[in-house]
Amino acid sequence: MNDEVRTSKLDELRVVHRPLARHDQAEKIAGTTRYAGDLVLPHMLHARLVRAQVPSGRILRRDVSAARELPGVVDVLLGEDIPNNEIRVDVPGQTIEVQPLRASMQVLATDRVRFHGEPIALVVADSEDVLARACSLVEVEIEELPVVSDPAAALAEGAPLVHETGNLLAEWTIDRGDVDAALAEAAVVVEGEYRTQFVDHAYLEPEAGVGWIDDDGVLTLRVATQVVEHYRDVARILGLPEAKVRVIAPYVGGGFGGKEDMTVEPYIALAVWRTRRPVRMQWTRNESLLARPKRHRMTMRYRTAAAADGSLLAQDVEILADAGAYAYLSALVLLYATVHACGPYRVPNVKIRSRAAYTNNPPASAFRGFGGMQVVLGYESQMDALARRLGMDPGEVRKRNALVRGDRLPVGQELITEVQLPQTIDAVRERAGPKPQPSGPRRVVGRAIASNFQSYGRLVWLNDSAAAWVGFQADGSLTVRCGVPDIGGGQAFSLGQIAAEVLGVELERVTVHFGDSALTPLAGTTTATRQLLMSGNAVYEAATALRANLLAAVAAATGDPVESLTLEPGAVSGPTRRVPIEEVLAICRRGNVPVEALGTFFGPKGRPVTRELAGERIFPDFTFGTHLADVEVDLDTGQVRVLRYIAAHDVGRAINPKSVEGQISGGVVQGLGQALLEELVVRDGVNLTPGLFRYLMPTAADVPDIEAVVLESGEGVGPFGARGIGEPPIGPPIAVIPLAVADAIGVQITALPVTPERVLAAIASRRG
Amino acid sequence: MTRISLTVNGQRREADVEPRTLLVYFLREHLGLTGTNVGCDTSTCGACTVHLDGESVKSCTLLAVQADGREVTTIEALARDGELHPLQEAFRRNHALQCGYCTPGMVMAAASLLRERPNPTEEEVREGLEGNLCRCTGYQNIVKAVLDAAASGARV
Repeated sequence: MNDEVRTSKLDELRVVHRPLARHDQAEKIAGTTRYAGDLVLPHMLHARLVRAQVPSGRILRRDVSAARELPGVVDVLLGEDIPNNEIRVDVPGQTIEVQPLRASMQVLATDRVRFHGEPIALVVADSEDVLARACSLVEVEIEELPVVSDPAAALAEGAPLVHETGNLLAEWTIDRGDVDAALAEAAVVVEGEYRTQFVDHAYLEPEAGVGWIDDDGVLTLRVATQVVEHYRDVARILGLPEAKVRVIAPYVGGGFGGKEDMTVEPYIALAVWRTRRPVRMQWTRNESLLARPKRHRMTMRYRTAAAADGSLLAQDVEILADAGAYAYLSALVLLYATVHACGPYRVPNVKIRSRAAYTNNPPASAFRGFGGMQVVLGYESQMDALARRLGMDPGEVRKRNALVRGDRLPVGQELITEVQLPQTIDAVRERAGPKPQPSGPRRVVGRAIASNFQSYGRLVWLNDSAAAWVGFQADGSLTVRCGVPDIGGGQAFSLGQIAAEVLGVELERVTVHFGDSALTPLAGTTTATRQLLMSGNAVYEAATALRANLLAAVAAATGDPVESLTLEPGAVSGPTRRVPIEEVLAICRRGNVPVEALGTFFGPKGRPVTRELAGERIFPDFTFGTHLADVEVDLDTGQVRVLRYIAAHDVGRAINPKSVEGQISGGVVQGLGQALLEELVVRDGVNLTPGLFRYLMPTAADVPDIEAVVLESGEGVGPFGARGIGEPPIGPPIAVIPLAVADAIGVQITALPVTPERVLAAIASRRG
Repeated sequence: MTRISLTVNGQRREADVEPRTLLVYFLREHLGLTGTNVGCDTSTCGACTVHLDGESVKSCTLLAVQADGREVTTIEALARDGELHPLQEAFRRNHALQCGYCTPGMVMAAASLLRERPNPTEEEVREGLEGNLCRCTGYQNIVKAVLDAAASGARV
């Protein structure tokens, strides 16, 4: 890698590290961006799913004859009509089979339904109006079976089986040192049990897409997705060669992990393949809330031992995750929870037992934070409990135990980059100043901090890679091609910034083509906070190689030494002359020097893990941060108002400071939603919150400004020393809110969300 | 089918619609005005906000027939001759969006807010936009953009 640009002084950077307005914004503001559901094609059909209305049952009869006879209905499909009626979740994106984690479900259920909303039939009609009526004519008779809706009950002896293989879906353990001895000898031991709830991604764009058979015979899907590589899964379901399926991801109206697993893809593909006509499918919000995977609810038990000076001696952790009815990515989410369970702290003795259980609840899978989020509530509540017991300052306890470069995580991974956790603690406190006064007599104010760490980049044993192509046009403008889906975080624009920086091109003359499995080099999933690391480095490598080619060609032509040349906007400059870019490109053509380059970045490697997690590197790196919240609690109503919120993260290097701050404020508010408001309520497997009028999420009136403090250590493993920031900011809010409320009322609420009812109950318990 | 006649973005439109057709689907499916988005179907999220006779409404709560004889303005009418409206410019300047899906509805709601209150306080902006959900930005840049537009005297 060319370290000249990577390490160049910040004030010399022209495009990177600048708060530039993104190119996609004007179209989005004007309303001209064509999202997945906006496309209309000639002779287009419409498709909709018939879903199970009960959470558990045996399918006795399916009769589609009445639906088929309805004028306007073109086709009705059942599971038997599908070449391979199986959705397999290995590891999305790269289809590397990870045997113990393999998960499977039917595309359309044929004999058994396991959750409320499970798809049973696919109806295709010539209008949306006909669809609604046709779906109601599909007759499905289901014999209801016992429902298991609680993960602990699911694992109990004699529980109804959600799957014949048993209700234990996944299990991970970490054992390090001697926890029992440490607990016995410690000056203090604090214990706690914490519960998080099911929550929904609730991006504003429901799942949607349009499919057609293109002129080349390729089945083409233009869908809202975080993973264009799902074309492989679609091919397998249809029994087609992978080369005959293409997925295009237009600008996506929010993802957050909810568009990481397939949603509409297999259904649109089936409808197109059967009818040979373009087909559109748009899920309603009701379908989205019913049937698309959620964030796992987890129960976490912690026993934390420390010395009298606050040094952590041991963590004994048990995690139980509710995975819902199908596996999806649960095993990996649980793995993340396990690896992150002890927080950003040095702990010599660790015992972790984590399990995920099947239930008849909505399936759970990827959601921003991916298991690394829930545990923040656990480990940060324990840190505050420890500080209280020892009479220490919460910040001091955290700083005393903060990981530093060279430390090993409980899982065995050595940290190879600098950790600026203490700096983030100081940063939020300095900024906050003194605690505010209550606004009235029956009101109390509380303040807390919560730190976290979150991996960025995928598990190293997945052999992750990303490719990108960078090429000059004849006029010196630049084209970047990269398969990255842009889900709103500015993923595409950042790549243009990096290419423009390295190649000395004006940003206005750069176009980034993205998210097309046929025409852009595959870059993997926009998940796991990996795109800046992976695609960013791929673009960086391609651009750096191209730059070297150009400079070498000019050196040969002018006789100037290559070290004396620089690429600047519109020209290569050297001691003897300045060569305009058009001439540089002509020199290249004459000299058979390519003016384009393909870069492939390979992520760090490691060995696959076993159930007993121990050993070495498991993630590329981590992002660290600390949040501070001031809250005011109304003692009569239990209302919690967030007065002030400060979030500090070491992002390594901010490629686009506007995007970084946007990710921080957006992530925090999504986390505040989980902390204070949101809960997908499921009773006996029945989803009671299948509409946004019942599923409450934050509005502009519910939250304050989020004050982002961006630290730049330059220590990340991404381009220019960047760290990932997509997921990290969502974790601390679910801890800092209950901790700040505890500071105000003197009792900690251990189950989310922190509702007025729970606050009043906590206040009452204090009196009792 | 019912015949309706209305003005959309300054243009006279006549159409035969099913009486149950919602205004938002009439705009999107019949007129191809896909800038107005659908986020929830239950008039909670505000992504479908348009102006009806100058007032902001959620176009998924209204039937197309209810707009008969009236004037509808959608996000597509705000930019003129390729130039963003000053309020839209303020959204851009303030990085008031990420995925952009809520943005058209948010801009329409903000335009209506500013028409009623040309110089709102931050609290008034936050309360005024309570009917429009955003999941990406945390709202603060949207609020900033609206205040910025007001301060720069954007006429809406």
